[in-house]
Amino acid sequence: MTILQKILDEQGFDRMLSRLAHEILERNQTLDSLAVIGLRTRGEFVARRLAAKLGEIEGRTPDLGVLDVTLYRDDVRQHLRQPEVRATEITFDITDKHVILVDDVLFTGRTVRSALNALVDLGRARTIQLVVLVDRGHRELPIRADFTGKNVTTSRGQEVRVRLREVDGHDGIDLVSIEE
Amino acid sequence: MSSLQINHLLGLQHVSHEDITLILDSTDTFLEILERPIKKVPTLQGKTVVNLFFENSTRTRISFELAERRLSADVVNFSASTSSVSKGETLLDTALNIEAMKVDIVVMRHSAAGAGHFLSTRCTSRFINAGDGAHEHPTQALLDMCTLRQKHGTLDGLNVCIMGDIAHSRVARSNIYGLLTMGANVAVCGPSSMMPYELERLRVRIFTNVEEALQFSDAVNVLRIQLERDAGANFPTLREYHNSFGITRQRLDRLGRDITVLHPGPINRGVEIESEVADGAYSVILPQVTNGVAIRMAVLYLIGTKAE
Amino acid sequence: MTSILFKNARIVDPVTQTDTEQDLLIVDGTIERLGPGLSSPDAEEVNLRGKTIVPGLCDMHVHFREPGFEHKEDIRSGSAAAAAGGFTAVACMPNTHPTIDTAAVVSFIFQKAQGLPVDVYPIAAITKDRKGESLAPLLELREAGAVGFSDDGSPLFNTKVLRIALEYASMLDVPIIQHAEDPNLFTGGAMNESIVSTELGLPSIPRLSEDAVVSRDIMFTAYVNGRYHLAHMSTSGAADAVRDAKARGLRVTAEITPHHFTLTDEAVRSFDSNFKMNPPLRTADDVRAMKEALRDGIADAIATDHAPHATFEKEVEFVYAPFGIIGLETAVGLAVTELLQENWLTLPQLIEKLSTNPRRILGLPELRIEEGMKANLTLLDLEAQWTVDVHRFKSKSRNSPFHGMTLTGKPVGIYNNGQLVLAD
Repeated sequence: MTILQKILDEQGFDRMLSRLAHEILERNQTLDSLAVIGLRTRGEFVARRLAAKLGEIEGRTPDLGVLDVTLYRDDVRQHLRQPEVRATEITFDITDKHVILVDDVLFTGRTVRSALNALVDLGRARTIQLVVLVDRGHRELPIRADFTGKNVTTSRGQEVRVRLREVDGHDGIDLVSIEE
Repeated sequence: MSSLQINHLLGLQHVSHEDITLILDSTDTFLEILERPIKKVPTLQGKTVVNLFFENSTRTRISFELAERRLSADVVNFSASTSSVSKGETLLDTALNIEAMKVDIVVMRHSAAGAGHFLSTRCTSRFINAGDGAHEHPTQALLDMCTLRQKHGTLDGLNVCIMGDIAHSRVARSNIYGLLTMGANVAVCGPSSMMPYELERLRVRIFTNVEEALQFSDAVNVLRIQLERDAGANFPTLREYHNSFGITRQRLDRLGRDITVLHPGPINRGVEIESEVADGAYSVILPQVTNGVAIRMAVLYLIGTKAE
Repeated sequence: MTSILFKNARIVDPVTQTDTEQDLLIVDGTIERLGPGLSSPDAEEVNLRGKTIVPGLCDMHVHFREPGFEHKEDIRSGSAAAAAGGFTAVACMPNTHPTIDTAAVVSFIFQKAQGLPVDVYPIAAITKDRKGESLAPLLELREAGAVGFSDDGSPLFNTKVLRIALEYASMLDVPIIQHAEDPNLFTGGAMNESIVSTELGLPSIPRLSEDAVVSRDIMFTAYVNGRYHLAHMSTSGAADAVRDAKARGLRVTAEITPHHFTLTDEAVRSFDSNFKMNPPLRTADDVRAMKEALRDGIADAIATDHAPHATFEKEVEFVYAPFGIIGLETAVGLAVTELLQENWLTLPQLIEKLSTNPRRILGLPELRIEEGMKANLTLLDLEAQWTVDVHRFKSKSRNSPFHGMTLTGKPVGIYNNGQLVLAD
């Protein structure tokens, strides 16, 4: 794996989160009935950061939850992979909420499809809005993000790696090559 | 990425610490699903599970069936009250015929020890043993361990005593194997005539005095006494059994500390366990039942989606 | 006039105490000449360099299933299996349908076996229909040619019947052959009672069941001065009882199967019903005791308890599978591998267990490799290594636990009743 390009550094990363928080507020006007739900595993950390940003701006934090979509994945059903299944942690009822669904990278759209199915099973949200840090293209399903940090043009042999303090010790976004 | 080492769940005797831990850890996810308004996930959509029950067991079958349906599997139930041999078709023929209808997972309950081993070497489906003779009943032991872990935090170093007819109990065997693998200290207690031969070679403490057994235990797993079979054959009377080995409120209160009481059900109230104990504060019998569905979902998920 | 000349063979005969390399000329089924450098222009020559000629082997315990269960085996296929296994004589057990408990069925067996290279001797039932209740017509059965009496498959448990049988048979100098088992301790048991049955939760058969019946039977044998032969001895306890009986000079003999001196109950962990037989596979201690019993002469004979079952009958749940395995075509390999190569027995001792002693127990003519004697011979390759393949067996059945096992020692052929049968 080689790093082809540093897309964002720490500072840029923080600015992007702030911008996304402002955009979400601008669209939704208020934190009332807003719920931020991150997709395991990286989306969970991004969601926490985003919720904190929203809290800084509004003076109170929105409801925060974590969604594990393993059981909804279509590749699991085809025996393609078997990731460790972990619990969903959503302690509030999502019915009539505006759900802000958070993930790090939007790629084929299959994970988001799984997440939408999972959310529907949890209750009838008023709206579901998708936030991603990076949209790298190559969609396989008709899905788009409501809020996008950055659009990056990639090829199939590349990957977008979102670095997070909680996991990697620093924030940043790299474009890497996975072809040997 | 964690995946089971085993392809079938035939018993716990040869299942590793890692596999049991993975199953128990995964169970939390499924417990959470059971709390949802829609208690269903699409994980096994398109998969067919056959519940092949050659022995009556409403309870275990319902638990498996709920688990299967909550994972969105297609479920077929096949019950045969008599042994396949007496009907002229062999078990292997029955299994191959069902398999020819393109099933993915077979959950089997059978009166013959090793029936699952036998079929799993000759068929292509994944097998989950729902009880085979006096051999093993792995999902029961897993749900017992899950319940103990919830209550005590860990199985490592936990003192667990299994009470009753050890010789004829598949629940006892699976619990002994699973608990030993997970680092628990295991004891058994019951009449000497209900202890299998050379049991002491299994790293298991043997009590014939119920008070001593309770002193040892952080938890007791009270087995059902088979009324029809045992009274008169392996011990004189039910009354004598209850007086000597029954788990009573008085015996537990005398300990002056907490102790967990499990029972795989169905309960014979007033024989192996007093009603007051079964329904009281020591008992985790109903959580066991809930955990039973979750643990079976975990097993079906891990076995059913494991890569070839 | 047909003649065969076996060249350069090692000839081993425990009776004449020979062990030399010689040629052997057979004319019309009789040993014509024995000596080095023989030649005979008319004779078919068979070069047996590196091979061994011994007196024809005798398996005193087989189930040929005829009449009644010919889908498992019949006298013809069973004899072919015996020939392939190096046996020139077998004694077949009476648990057929109908039971061998009348002179007519005894004659039927002889008639079916007529002209075969393998001599088939019927063992008749002790009691009518092997029910253990009333005595079969032992004198008539003996008159018809029965070589022993047994209810094999079931024990003769009733002590009153046992006493009468031992007394009555002693008139004939024919052994009562016991399947030693206490039916009260048999509750659907499928394997030996041990830590393995405890771990597997399989219903079990305690060693005590055999020990108790053998000890009791020996008391009865002593009391009525009977002749008693213990079939398929499998426990160290039974071996001790027989050892004690022999020390007291009682007319007690015993046989051991190859599987009981080879396999332990650990094999049952596979739930493979080819490891299910009765008596069941016992513990490692018992296996050692069986080898010691053979070495010490406590066990007189090696007998296979060849028990064919069709695949569809055996391919079922372990507890529902019928007892028994086939053994004729693996007996020599197992005996050489387990007993000869591990120095439990010398070759002459091994031949005694496989030929001389069983023939003596059944009252069959003694075999000697001498000029003028009937040629009743087994040809062995004691060095050959081979892998057991049940699909190449002559038996109709395939229920062998030894499939895939590599053994040393292989029968090359037999010569008996004027017929040479060479292995494939």
